[in-house]
Amino acid sequence: MSNIGKAFENGKAFIPFITCGYPDLNVTYECVKSMCENGTDLIELGIPFSDPVAEGVVIQNANFRALAAGVTTDKIFELVRRLRQEIKIPLVFMTYANVIFSYGSEKFIRICAEIGIDGLIIADLPFEEKDEFLAYCRKYGVDLISMIAPTSEDRIAKIAREAEGFLYIVSSLGVTGTRENITTDLSAIMRSVRENSGLPCAIGFGISRPEQACDMSRISDGVIVGSAIIKILEKYGTESAKYVGEYVRSMKDAII
Amino acid sequence: MSNSRGRFGIHGGQYITETLMNAVIELEKAYDFYKNDPDFNTELTRLFNEYAGRPSRLYYAERMTRDLHGAKIYLKREDLNHTGAHKINNVLGQALLAKKMGKTRLIAETGAGQHGVATATAAALMGMACVVFMGEEDMNRQALNVYKMRLLGAEVVSVKSGTGTLKDAVSQAMREWTSRISDTHYCLGSVMGPHPFPIIVRDFQSVISREIKSQILEREGKLPDFVIACVGGGSNAIGSFWHFINNASVKLIGCEAAGKGVDTFETAATISTGRLGIFHGMKSYFCQDEYGQIAPVYSISAGLDYPGIGPEHAYLHDTGRAEYVPVTDDEAVQAFEYLSRIEGIIPAIESAHAVSYAMKIAPELSSEKIIVITISGRGDKDCAAIAKYRGENISE
Repeated sequence: MSNIGKAFENGKAFIPFITCGYPDLNVTYECVKSMCENGTDLIELGIPFSDPVAEGVVIQNANFRALAAGVTTDKIFELVRRLRQEIKIPLVFMTYANVIFSYGSEKFIRICAEIGIDGLIIADLPFEEKDEFLAYCRKYGVDLISMIAPTSEDRIAKIAREAEGFLYIVSSLGVTGTRENITTDLSAIMRSVRENSGLPCAIGFGISRPEQACDMSRISDGVIVGSAIIKILEKYGTESAKYVGEYVRSMKDAII
Repeated sequence: MSNSRGRFGIHGGQYITETLMNAVIELEKAYDFYKNDPDFNTELTRLFNEYAGRPSRLYYAERMTRDLHGAKIYLKREDLNHTGAHKINNVLGQALLAKKMGKTRLIAETGAGQHGVATATAAALMGMACVVFMGEEDMNRQALNVYKMRLLGAEVVSVKSGTGTLKDAVSQAMREWTSRISDTHYCLGSVMGPHPFPIIVRDFQSVISREIKSQILEREGKLPDFVIACVGGGSNAIGSFWHFINNASVKLIGCEAAGKGVDTFETAATISTGRLGIFHGMKSYFCQDEYGQIAPVYSISAGLDYPGIGPEHAYLHDTGRAEYVPVTDDEAVQAFEYLSRIEGIIPAIESAHAVSYAMKIAPELSSEKIIVITISGRGDKDCAAIAKYRGENISE
């Protein structure tokens, strides 16, 4: 089992997402440390992309701002090296296929393994295209995380059977962003996933409030939150770490 | 790539979010059925002929031929189609397919506005709802087309994110499709995006080369030596090339928008300046930086202002079957003015890129040679912008 499994050993997992370099890499560094101090089980580090097609407005803007401020893949690798001197919890990158492909897929994934990245979530890499990166992920021991969406239906079985690390269950149609209500029949999806995989399952997209996190954690093994974190960064900028920490604590306490 | 579908050599594929996968699979199944369905094809041919005004003319440009003292030049007049461009071919096909699939709403991206107008037109014709995504920058450049789309009953959504141009409109249309799939078909406007779009759009546009072939054989008794078309995503070019791909004697030339030059950053010439990447659902060539961030491309032509090229063109480039050449803003504007004066035909600024390259090579060729230039659209939409380029402000 990969290191990612450890994220699900302390009860239900809380998994925050953060766009690296928004508003700058020092803030990312401070926020990640603060997340760890407040009970985070795994962190998704977003490598910004110029055209993030799976993202809603909040994370889109964080991507554009981070790139405009000069963040690059190499600088994010440096950030992870610094973070790894202090934190032990599993870390995954969340990004888009071209960021990896353009860097040189093997080189990118080899560096991931060297600096202590445990997995990759690639928003625009469905089951059919995973061979693009899978051999390198296997070679260097980096999990390629699969996503299951409300529209996956007959695809759930094959995705779940070949999944690694954990399964990312997309709660709703559409792009990332906070939602008032999540109306998808997630219990039915979860049943289908469980029939085909023993891996932990975390639900993401649209979750922002502790009571939503609590509801989602009842039917899954973990909860992923992105846009709500980025909104804190929007509001508090370089002072965000403390507020991100408080928020993470409130969410971790809410899930059961 | 064991599981991957829709490959052209190493290009193509389906690099999209899981949420959209069943939608493209459903589309592929429907298309595989209807493309061989006689009723579907009869209906589409009727729409092509009676509504869009096909077949489009293959016009012998006699004055241009004499002026250039070289190859014989024919113009494939896609500008004469209803809505003024080749875009209607693809849109009628996709709208009819969407209707057969039970969809009631079309969404589309648009650059110059020609694909948006065509989609809004087909939606009006078939009684479907329509939303068009258009970059904010392009809405300013193409205000007339924005008005037309609204007149036709479509909602036009301004896309402000990123560079506010065609690539951002595509991204936003993909996002919209992700949030509403069951009643909505994404009517993609070029031979790009995830499989099966590059194949569907090519097939519907291939009517262009089918007609060129029979028209030129009738007129000249032989195949042309060159077929020249402009390339953004590449739908009119692939449509113009398709039925000649197996005729090795026919040189196929795609003209990319070089903007201010391929040695500047203000260019959209993907084959000349881009490299292999994965974006908007496909593997192909893209203008991008060293970290894979997609470049903010530039061309005077909003319709060619896209940082990538369709995967089949990337493949035709790799194999050498087609050649891709850059044409600058300046050259395109000169060709725009030239064709207007010499033949009384105002071409779209996109098509003027192809005219420009033909002007370059025709004088070098003997009078035995035949060049076919696809005039992908008409230039009314560009007049204000070209006037401005020449330092003249006119109000529409």
